Amino acid sequence: MTGFTLTRQIAARPSIVYDALTTADGVAAWWGPDDQPVTVSEVDARIGGGFRVRFATDDGLEHEAQGEFLELDPPRRVVMSWRWAVNGVADEVGRESRVEVDLRRADYGTELTFSHLELATEASAVSHEGGWAGALNKLQRRLDGVPGESTFNATQ
Amino acid sequence: MVNYKPDALDRTFAALTDPTRRAILARLEAEESLSISALAEPFAIKLPAVMKHLDVLTEAGLITRTKHGRTVDVRLTPQPLKAAADWLERYERFWSPAMDRLAAYAEAKEAEASRSSGDDDEGGG
Repeated sequence: MTGFTLTRQIAARPSIVYDALTTADGVAAWWGPDDQPVTVSEVDARIGGGFRVRFATDDGLEHEAQGEFLELDPPRRVVMSWRWAVNGVADEVGRESRVEVDLRRADYGTELTFSHLELATEASAVSHEGGWAGALNKLQRRLDGVPGESTFNATQ
Repeated sequence: MVNYKPDALDRTFAALTDPTRRAILARLEAEESLSISALAEPFAIKLPAVMKHLDVLTEAGLITRTKHGRTVDVRLTPQPLKAAADWLERYERFWSPAMDRLAAYAEAKEAEASRSSGDDDEGGG
């Protein structure tokens, strides 16, 4: 895959979810996989405006995500470019990926659809050939039990 | 390991683009260890072409070749594939709990807003 999509059903109106995505206070409140503090949260929510979020994870690493807002359609849609650095080391050698969030009003509140796309130029190019994802799945038996190289340990 | 090595990942993904190489890896996954001639046997291509694929796989660190007398045994090295699989999953491991936290935060904000504005808030639709 070159990207993935997550959905959440949220008991809050779209404008509240939108603000959580596009304000520094909002972002600081939920960003990151663990209960570690967000240490920097800068959000300039206008087209071409940037965001920068620095946060720690339970494994002691410090991560920084940054990018620009590409689309803003309150309270329905947010599109951002995305770069990631771990302990100051830029990931993906300058490659940029793309985050898209769509908010749809529902009777319970908001249906959120989150996509992280174009995850790497190289991986993306390869995926058009098809097959490597399948190859990785096939090899899963052998991969199980191999020491992991994960960036952080998000507990399930 | 903290840093994913982009060069190594690129080599892994590049090696996986080719269907013959994927088939070779799949056979090695099933067979543990194979001689080069046994490995080449099911493929329609000639041995030198197979050797070229094996060179790419060796360069990517996906296989090792060990000489035993007159034969060369080929084995799968799973670590680079594991790294590739981890890399692909890493964003999802980040975002999935983050989206749960976003939902919880927004719901708390909604409860707060509903309390302060009474019953006639705009949340119901």
